[in-house]
Amino acid sequence: MIEVVNLNKSFGEIDVLHDINIKINKGEKVVVVGPSGSGKSTFLRCLNCMEDPTSGSIIFNGVDIADMKVDINIHRQKMGMVFQHFNLFNNKTVIENIMLAPVYVEKKRMKKLRRKNPNNEVVKSVKEIKADAKAQAIELLKRIGLEDKADAYPSQLSGGQKQRVAIVRALAMNPDVILFDEPTSALDPEMVGEVLELMKELADSGMTMVVVTHEMGFAREVGTRVIFMDEGRIIEEGNPKDFFANPQNERLKEFLSKVL
Amino acid sequence: MSDFERKIDRFIEFFIEYDGYKTVIEGLQNTLKIAICGLLIGIVIGTLIAIVRVLPKYKLLPRVLNGICSFYVAFFRGTPMVVQLLLSYYVALPLMGLNVPSVTVALVVFGLNSGAYISEIMRGGIQSVDPGQMEGGRAIGLSFGTTMIKIVIPQAIKNILPTLGNEFITLIKETSVVSFVGALDLYVAFNRIGSNSYEFMVPYLVMALIYIVLVLIISGLVKLMERSLSKSDRGR
Repeated sequence: MIEVVNLNKSFGEIDVLHDINIKINKGEKVVVVGPSGSGKSTFLRCLNCMEDPTSGSIIFNGVDIADMKVDINIHRQKMGMVFQHFNLFNNKTVIENIMLAPVYVEKKRMKKLRRKNPNNEVVKSVKEIKADAKAQAIELLKRIGLEDKADAYPSQLSGGQKQRVAIVRALAMNPDVILFDEPTSALDPEMVGEVLELMKELADSGMTMVVVTHEMGFAREVGTRVIFMDEGRIIEEGNPKDFFANPQNERLKEFLSKVL
Repeated sequence: MSDFERKIDRFIEFFIEYDGYKTVIEGLQNTLKIAICGLLIGIVIGTLIAIVRVLPKYKLLPRVLNGICSFYVAFFRGTPMVVQLLLSYYVALPLMGLNVPSVTVALVVFGLNSGAYISEIMRGGIQSVDPGQMEGGRAIGLSFGTTMIKIVIPQAIKNILPTLGNEFITLIKETSVVSFVGALDLYVAFNRIGSNSYEFMVPYLVMALIYIVLVLIISGLVKLMERSLSKSDRGR
C-alpha cells in the first residue's frame, strides 16, 4: 500500500533521514520506536508529505506522492493523521471538526459531477451532503461514547477526549491508512489508556496503521511489525515477539534495556 | 446673558434655522461611509497581503507576489494619508481622465491605506495561531487556502479584534483630512456652520463631542463582538 524508496530528508545542513526503504502492506500495524531525535516523527511526516522529502519516492496506492506535481490533498484524504497535540480546530465544535473535511470533499465532488452533467439526478444538494456527514459524525461519536459532546468546543474536552475525537475525525474520511505521531505523549497518564483502547479497536477492525510511540506495551500487543530507528536509519525490524525477546543490534539492546 | 450662552444660542440658531443640521448629517454620513468602507476594503486587502506574506516561499510566484506586497505596504505606510489623497485626486485620476466624486476617492484611498496597516496586524494574527491548526487541516486533505479561510483566519481575526477596533477608530478620526479633496465630512460640516455664523467655539466643541461619542460606541461594539467570538474559549 505504501512503498518508501530511498527516502532522504535534510533540514538545511542537517540530514535527518538516510536512505529509508520500507514497504507497508494493507492491514499491517507498523510501530516505529527509537530514541528522540532518531527521525521517527520526520519519517512519519514524510509519509503524507507534511514534510517534503529531500529525495526519494513515497508510492501510495501506486502514485508517487513525493512528486511535487501530484495533487497531494487528494491522497492525504486517504491517509489519516493523528498528532501528539491533537490539532483539533479550536474555532469549530466537535461535530463540525468531524464533518468539515467530508462535507468539503463531497461538495467538490458534486460540483464536478454537475459540471459534467448539469441534469444529473444523483447529485446531492448541500443540505443532503451535510445531513449525511452529520449522521456519520454522530455514528462515530457514539462509537467513542462522546455523542453528548457533539456541540462542545475542543477547549472543553479533556486531553483523552480530544485525541479520541481527533482519531474519529481522521476516520470520517474513510482513510486507507492512519498515521499516528506519538498520540499519547501529550496526555495525562490516566488518559493514555482510553486512547490506546480505541487504537486497539481500530487495529482489530483491520485498519492499516503506522504508529510512532513510546508505548512498548502497545507495540508488543498490537504491532504486526516493529521498527527501530536511530540516527535517521532503520536499524532493525521484525515481528514484535522477536524484536523484544531477541534483539540483534547493540543499539537496540541498549534502548530496550532503558525503556522496558 | 453671558458671552458663552450667547455663542450657544447663535450655534443653535445656525444649526436648526439655517439648516446646519442637514450639513452635519451629511458630513456624519460621509465620515461613517468612508471609515466603514475603508475598514472593509482594508480587511480584504490586508488579509490577502497577510496570506501572501505567510505563504511558503520556495516557488517563484509567491516570491514575486511578496515583493509586490512589500512595495505596497512600504508606500502606504511611508506616505501621509493626505499625500495619498492628493496624489489620487489631483494626479492619478486626472491622468487617467476620470472624474470620480471626492467621497468615493476618499473611501478607496482609506481602504488602500488601512489595507497596508491591517496586513501587518493580520500577519501577526495569523502567526499567533498554533501551526498545528494548519497541519490539522492539511493532514486531512484540505488545501492551504481552504484551511486558511475556514480555520486559521477566523482564529486570527478573533485574536486581533481589539487591534482592528483601534484601526477603525483611527480611520474615523483620520477622515477629517478628506476636506483636502473637497469631500464633506463631519469636520467640514461644523467648519461651515462656524464660518457662516462667524462663531467657531461652540461648533468645534460639539464636533469634538460627536467624535468622542462615535469612538465610545465603536469600542462598546468591539467588546460585544469579542464576547460573542470567544464562545469557543469557554472553560479555558
